[in-house]
Amino acid sequence: MFGATLLLAMRQIRRHLLRSSLTTIGIIIGVAAVVTMVTLGNGLTASIQKQIASLGSDVLIAFPQQTDNNRQPRPFKQDDVIAVREQLAGVKSVAGEVNKNIHAFHNGQSWNSKVEGVSNAFMDARGIKMDQGRRFTAAEEESGANVCIVGPKVLQEIFVADVSPLGEQVRLDDVSCTVVGVFATRAQGGNNQDDDNSVFIPVKNAQRRFTGTDTIGYMVISYDPAYSGAAIQQSLIDLIRERHRLQPGEPNDFNIIDSAALNETVGSVVARLTVAVAAIAGISLLVGGVGIMNIMLVSVTERTREIGIRLAIGALAREVRMQFLTEAVVLCCFGGLIGLLLAFGLSFALAKVIDVPFVFSLSVNLLSFAFSAMMGIIFGYYPARRASKLDPIEALRHE
Amino acid sequence: MAEATSRPLIELHGITKTYGHGSAAFQALKGVSLSIARGDFVAIMGASGSGKSTMMNILGCLDTPTSGTYAFDGFEVQSLSKDQRSLLRRKYLGFVFQGFNLLSRTSALENVELPLLYRGEKKAARREAAMKSLDLVGLGPWASHTPAELSGGQQQRVAIARALVTDPQVLLADEPTGNLDTERSIEIMELLADLNRSGITIILVTHEAEMAAYARTIVRFRDGLVERIDSGQDAGAAAHA
Ligand SMILES: Nc1ncnc2c1ncn2[C@@H]1O[C@H](COP(=O)(O)OP(=O)(O)OP(=O)(O)O)[C@@H](O)[C@H]1O
Ligand SMILES: [Mg+2]
Repeated sequence: MFGATLLLAMRQIRRHLLRSSLTTIGIIIGVAAVVTMVTLGNGLTASIQKQIASLGSDVLIAFPQQTDNNRQPRPFKQDDVIAVREQLAGVKSVAGEVNKNIHAFHNGQSWNSKVEGVSNAFMDARGIKMDQGRRFTAAEEESGANVCIVGPKVLQEIFVADVSPLGEQVRLDDVSCTVVGVFATRAQGGNNQDDDNSVFIPVKNAQRRFTGTDTIGYMVISYDPAYSGAAIQQSLIDLIRERHRLQPGEPNDFNIIDSAALNETVGSVVARLTVAVAAIAGISLLVGGVGIMNIMLVSVTERTREIGIRLAIGALAREVRMQFLTEAVVLCCFGGLIGLLLAFGLSFALAKVIDVPFVFSLSVNLLSFAFSAMMGIIFGYYPARRASKLDPIEALRHE
Repeated sequence: MAEATSRPLIELHGITKTYGHGSAAFQALKGVSLSIARGDFVAIMGASGSGKSTMMNILGCLDTPTSGTYAFDGFEVQSLSKDQRSLLRRKYLGFVFQGFNLLSRTSALENVELPLLYRGEKKAARREAAMKSLDLVGLGPWASHTPAELSGGQQQRVAIARALVTDPQVLLADEPTGNLDTERSIEIMELLADLNRSGITIILVTHEAEMAAYARTIVRFRDGLVERIDSGQDAGAAAHA
């Protein structure tokens, strides 16, 4: 019986193919819009979270920040790094970073790059791996030796291909140093800089030869995941405030980013935005549903005589209702299916255009499809009910 | 079935039917009482507008009387719901409408299958029974034709096949020969007479005495009332009266 009803619905839709297709356009656009929006939103979330992940996990990043009273913030010093390492429980390692834009020279070529004063601890915290060669030795870190680890971008731009860079000299502005390693390409931080276009040297060396002070740009604190990030963040704030001699009530002249918390916040913000946009797109789905209802009402009127015949022959009200409901649902399902296909192509193309990953979510697709089928039930119910309430004699007399 | 002989299959008492309301109200039936025995062959005659189709619709449980009682095989039809009447129709009755009422753009076979569909029969069983029914009315070769591709007489026979396919106890036919030539009409009447001999109760409406002559009982309507009932041997003579 259900198979026959389904077949009948298909035949009816095929009989009015143009009308049926036009009617489903609303559903098609609605489903396509919702799925495209959610898919792009998910892609955006993934891309942002990937950028945040490039900070490292279980990592706090502290950097000086101007307060509103326009006083220059106090920079962090190497002493601060040591104090944090020694005084805070749960801290695995603390690493400072200083950087400066420089020109790198090698093999008679010059290249705009950036020198970063870092330590092995920094590379650990940021999850930077080596591609070739080695890291700094303890002695090199201690003395601030003229050794460097070049980034893959720098390697590609000014080093001779197929010749090992290890042991080669590279000049950074006026300072010459020996290449001991090449770091592996890293997830991009999304700050419009190419993180691969850097040359690492020991912090001490950077302070002595490039910045001329013992200040550091920012510090990366990696902590034991057994500890709560929030608790460590609070003790870190207390410690730095104390070291900066800030009075109670004075604002922090520094800022701390917790990669995990940031990840969560950004994730939930984008998720909320996605829901909002999808809801707006969902309105077109609703409009599509009204279109279905309209065409079903027309269909019931047109087929009054047919309904009369079916009732006269012994069809029950619910059987007639089921027939029209099935037709509406099948119509909506067709629309939903085409909408999903459209959404697939559209979100794939748009993801390319706005440069976010294409994240196909089966659950989003299934849910939207189910939703479009539900539209058929909701908006098909009234016309179907109307058909089932007809009086057989009056319906038969209908012209 | 044991009590079938003791009780008429159909018993009507004081049936009235009023169409419309207020000043536009029109009483098409004005108090009809009638009994029809199981296995009878009844012809309803009467002038146009005398209430024959109205009576048939009530007999066929398609419509409910305004007042009066209608017992079909013991069921009080006037107190049944719309769905209950549908169930009664699909189980016991076959109806041939005055205007065929076939589904257009649907093959003869599928039209005949329709009542079986609502009885919940499987596809193969539907096919077989519908084919048998079409063969019975001599339309086997036309099974795949749509009503538009059939003549009036053929459409009429499809309508009869559809009414017969469920093996009804009662076949109601409203002017089944109305738009057929005499030759075709006689074919149809022979078919109905055969069915009646096989045990089906037949109630038909006709204007033509020739057709009414096949019946065992003739009921004459006039202005919404039964004017005269002739049965048995009288019927043949009464048909031409
Ligand atoms: N739905 C309706 N609304 C109002 N009046 C109706 C309706 N149906 C039938 N009538 C009236 O009831 C009367 C009886 O109609 P009915 O169809 O029963 O006549 P009939 O005997 O079958 O006539 P015919 O031989 O022409 O088919 C007619 O006068 C008709 O106008
Ligand atoms: Mg009539």
